[in-house]
Amino acid sequence: MSTTLQTPELVERPNYLNEDYGWKSWLFTTDHKRIAILYLISISVFFLIGGIFAGLMRTELLTPAGDLFNSDTYNKLFTMHGVVMIFFFLIPSIPATLGNFLVPMMIGAKDLAFPRINLLSWYIYIIGGLFALSAAAMGGVDTGWTFYTPLSSTYSNTFVLTAATGVFISGFSSILTGLNFIVTIHKMRAPGMTWGRLPLFIWAHYATSLIQLLGTPVVAITIALLCLERVFHVGIFDPSVGGDPILFQHLFWFYSHPAVYIMILPGMGVISELVTCFSRKSIFGYEFIAASSIGIAVIGFLVWGHHMFVTGQSMYASMVFSFLSFLVAVPSAIKVFNWTATMYKGSVTFETPMLYAFGFIGLFTIGGLTGLFLSTMAVDVHVTDTYFVVAHFHYVMVGGMVMAYMGGLHFWWPKMFGRMYPEGWARFSALVVFLGFNLTFFPQFILGYLGMPRRYHAYAPEFQIFNVMSTAGATILGVGYTIPLIYFIWSLKYGKVAGNNPWNATGLEWTTTSPPPKFNFDKTPIVTEDAYNYSHRGEVEVG
Amino acid sequence: MFLSLDIPLWPEAASTNAAEVDLLYIFLIVVSVIMTAVIFLGVFIFAMKFRKKDPKYVPPHIHGSNLLEIGWSVAPFLVMLVMFVWGTKLYFDEYTIPATNDAIDVYVVGKQWMWKVQYPEGQREINELHVPVGRKVRLTMASEDVIHSFFIPAFRMKRDVVPGHYNTTWFEATKPGRYHLFCAEYCGTEHSGMIGWVTVMEPAAYENWLSGGGAEGSMASQGEKMFQQLGCSTCHLLDEQGRCPILRGVYGSRVLLEGGKTVIADESYIRESILTPNAKIVAGFKADVMPTFQGQVSEETVLQLIAYIKSLAPKTTNLITGAAASVPGMTTIPGRPGANSQNVRRDTTKTDGKQ
Repeated sequence: MSTTLQTPELVERPNYLNEDYGWKSWLFTTDHKRIAILYLISISVFFLIGGIFAGLMRTELLTPAGDLFNSDTYNKLFTMHGVVMIFFFLIPSIPATLGNFLVPMMIGAKDLAFPRINLLSWYIYIIGGLFALSAAAMGGVDTGWTFYTPLSSTYSNTFVLTAATGVFISGFSSILTGLNFIVTIHKMRAPGMTWGRLPLFIWAHYATSLIQLLGTPVVAITIALLCLERVFHVGIFDPSVGGDPILFQHLFWFYSHPAVYIMILPGMGVISELVTCFSRKSIFGYEFIAASSIGIAVIGFLVWGHHMFVTGQSMYASMVFSFLSFLVAVPSAIKVFNWTATMYKGSVTFETPMLYAFGFIGLFTIGGLTGLFLSTMAVDVHVTDTYFVVAHFHYVMVGGMVMAYMGGLHFWWPKMFGRMYPEGWARFSALVVFLGFNLTFFPQFILGYLGMPRRYHAYAPEFQIFNVMSTAGATILGVGYTIPLIYFIWSLKYGKVAGNNPWNATGLEWTTTSPPPKFNFDKTPIVTEDAYNYSHRGEVEVG
Repeated sequence: MFLSLDIPLWPEAASTNAAEVDLLYIFLIVVSVIMTAVIFLGVFIFAMKFRKKDPKYVPPHIHGSNLLEIGWSVAPFLVMLVMFVWGTKLYFDEYTIPATNDAIDVYVVGKQWMWKVQYPEGQREINELHVPVGRKVRLTMASEDVIHSFFIPAFRMKRDVVPGHYNTTWFEATKPGRYHLFCAEYCGTEHSGMIGWVTVMEPAAYENWLSGGGAEGSMASQGEKMFQQLGCSTCHLLDEQGRCPILRGVYGSRVLLEGGKTVIADESYIRESILTPNAKIVAGFKADVMPTFQGQVSEETVLQLIAYIKSLAPKTTNLITGAAASVPGMTTIPGRPGANSQNVRRDTTKTDGKQ
């Protein structure tokens, strides 16, 4: 940990970073802020690893022939890319870093309800991550991150058990984080912090935590069954002894579709904070945005069958899943419209976090709308398991979630570390990320409708031009992600001192010092007003 | 310019279904472009118009608007309902197997990493599929190992091929040519090599092609050979002691099982009875009489056996699918007049009492 370089330049106010510099003070900390930093470092490492896998894949796909790696290596690359990015980056990303840091601060609490469980969740996450990485190091896994049976249970000769165990273990970290947030939000709000005054970031995390708590055990059971099947051949998924491989898909997607909302809901929470701050406006339709988070969490549990329209599941079941998938699009649309309406009559500025918020709205809109294509069953039959699906979920998860994560990181960085990053570079890299992202993934929509299947090591020559674009875009995207990595580290030492509230934002986290003291507030804040009280309280104008 | 560079922007459309799916896809694109434009322009105009000008300006507090919220929830939802109904209708058309008599049946087995195709007439091919223009082709598909997915982009047609049961689908090609056949469900090492070509031919050329192969005889006759070879015929055709049900005419009929349930003797049921004979015992017979053939016969052979058993049935029923539960409208298969006698042993000495 780099905190060993002791540079107490001035007599700094005691804060959570400078209270102790020893490594034990980090590895045995129960301070939610320090645990957030531990997560921040770990998920950045996993993001880097997952990104390298992606880069190698995109390099292979420059040419139609599978000439850089052999098929097995390529298959392991996309499997490890998926496993690492989904289970060890996207799912913990915002909740475990920004959420960990901010949930107690935003509600005026000293820490999460169970600080030691919070630390435990990080250790569990690391152990799970080490299992996944050791699977990669020993020789990899080639089942795809979806672990479909019977390929994973019977036919694959790779390290399925090790990787699956990693996913199984890390799930408990997710459950514990969710549990901690739910209890904290219920029991530890400061006086006056009513449910109707909670920042939407908190509502989004509350909804996310519900899914983590209720959904993750299902994937744990599924993976346990998969391991049983693989080791003892119990026959749950094996048709030759009366099992059903499709059952695995039902169980898997029962968690893994809601998991998409674990990934995107916290991002939506971040955007609500950013749009209000940089429009200097209260949020438009607070209740609707809050309720839509819960709505997404609930309906999100009922749409899993849309991953299985071509498997041979009952057509009537497909019909119901299709309908519910359209239904879940409504609360997402509500959010997008409300964010847009929030700017109305505002005083909009374009600092880096806001640029990322714009990027999020744009890319999430495209990701959401292409989701409608996949809910439309006849179209899904053609594009499922093609690059169309790959493009769609990257628009939601990278275009949506990672943009929100980057926006949030830039927004709260001065709070977390007390220093500013260079704004010019930050704006530039936001632009690079946006352009690189679109160049990478937009051509994949075209590829998908043309019929290029996903997970193809070699492909038909007529698909090459779009793959070249995609690889070029991925290169730009890689640069776009590297620049922040550099200036963030640089800013820790050389950045301008930020002050307590550089954005002049509302929210309790901005009322304390930067970096915050160990217990967040010198005395427990008392809340007397709604969230996002940026505007003057005149008469209500629209309605 | 794009054309001269030969950049494909739209896949070839070569089936009746392709044209329909394309139309729906275009509708979705139009709606999406409009929605994207509304949101992008909204964001852009608001950001520009309301950008910070006067540092002293404090924006008004606007709580929200129920009317607007309802509007922008309901309006998109109504548009989505159109997508839902349209997409569902096409989906049902796509996966409802037509029962016409002039359709061609083709049997597909997916296997790591190849497609094996056989025709009732006896032709067999690997990673190739020959079909005529203008006739419906019904596919019955089985997997020898993992899940595969049979995907012909030019037909906008895809169906998973799942071990353990038959999945079915159909198409009608409209344009002669050669089109990609892909495996779309990741199936292991050489997944991206599990590809082939679909050749759509003029009817005359197809008939010509069809008559050129099949040296080993029709699927049914190959099935008959296997039926003898595996010893099935001893019990299931010639038996006089009543140890097993006689299979003549069983295909397509409704069979009464031990315990009172009934099952339609379709392809899936016959397959199951060959591979796991004890799964569904016909009423009046004992379990554990028949050995399992799991692991001893390939999916291709099972399909041949079924073709043979089918040929023992009266020609009237035209049941093709194993996915009976997922085919709307296929509630009951009219049993043959004597279907009930299927449930009872042919052995006349003992059954009289039950009748």
